[in-house]
Amino acid sequence: MNIRTGNQRVSDVTSSTTGAGEVIGSTLSSPLAQPGEAIFETDYRDWITLLKPRVLTLVVFTGLIGLIVAPGHLHAVLGFTAILCITVAAGACGAINMWYDRDIDAIMHRTRRRPIPAGRIEPGAALGFGVTLAVGSVIVMGLAVNIPAALILALSVCFYVFVYTMWLKRRTPQNIVIGGAAGAFPPVIGWAAVTGSVDLVPLILFGIIFIWTPPHFWSLALWAIDDYRRAGVPMLPVVSGARETRRQILLYTIVLIPLTLAPYFIGFSGLPYGIAAALLGLVFLQKVYRVLADRQDAAGKSLTSDKPAKAAFKYSIYYLFALFGALALDHLVG
Amino acid sequence: MAPQTPIRPMSDEAARRRRGRNLAIFIVLLGLCALFYAITIVKLAHL
Repeated sequence: MNIRTGNQRVSDVTSSTTGAGEVIGSTLSSPLAQPGEAIFETDYRDWITLLKPRVLTLVVFTGLIGLIVAPGHLHAVLGFTAILCITVAAGACGAINMWYDRDIDAIMHRTRRRPIPAGRIEPGAALGFGVTLAVGSVIVMGLAVNIPAALILALSVCFYVFVYTMWLKRRTPQNIVIGGAAGAFPPVIGWAAVTGSVDLVPLILFGIIFIWTPPHFWSLALWAIDDYRRAGVPMLPVVSGARETRRQILLYTIVLIPLTLAPYFIGFSGLPYGIAAALLGLVFLQKVYRVLADRQDAAGKSLTSDKPAKAAFKYSIYYLFALFGALALDHLVG
Repeated sequence: MAPQTPIRPMSDEAARRRRGRNLAIFIVLLGLCALFYAITIVKLAHL
């Protein structure tokens, strides 16, 4: 097996000999291939794929909410620039992540068709693309908006790339717990873009995304467990089993609900938001309880093809959109 | 003198993709120019 232990990397895709690696190897290291030849196969959509556009929607949305609910005023052009910088920086993180994880992406069924493991973009080009976008977005944020927002943006990029991708992801089942902080930065950056500072409210918004991330990702990991096991990524279901993962999903959701009510209790938002947060949270709780109560064998493996986990994962995305949407609506109407 | 490497003619599909990439880069650059211009105007107005 071509699976690493600890933080050892799976051999590079150009010399991989297992599974998807054979296909990839034939693309990038074929005797017929010439240096730089992959570029001829590249479609502009491959470069967009490198930015993980589906993840970006949540980043853009939560960043925008941070910007909307922050006290003060920011010119629409500068607000647009701030959101654009957050989006581009998050996309850059995705590109750098795909460059670093190209070995395990080639093994995992869910990711083997990404541009690098599929041989459509060369790893070095993806890295250069990601670094250029990351540096550029931080500089533009600093010049056009303000320095605190640019510094937090730079911190979020460094956290995602160095702490999550390079350090935690392959070492510990707590990878997405701590690494989740990287995805929690956008509302803080949006807030800082308007105010030039950070106070309690953006930190609560940060906390909400931070605590929401484990149940969201572990719901996915429950049904993608074979992929993670094959790639040697120590996700919680791989290390501690599905049963413990279901228990942890429920625990994090129980902690999440009171935290989502915090903006109401500190007087930042009105009763409509409080009611919306409570109702959305109760539905989320019901979804994750179904994950816990899923029919399973003695080892904890789902006997329903992880239907409840898939439903909880899907709902968790809508949940965050609806929760932050309710906060913004409450702020705009109230 | 370095040995010459044979140049493979570009297929129609590769040419189409190159045109697509060039157009995408053009649109991005145009957008950036417009954005930087707008930022400059806004910043000057608030000096």
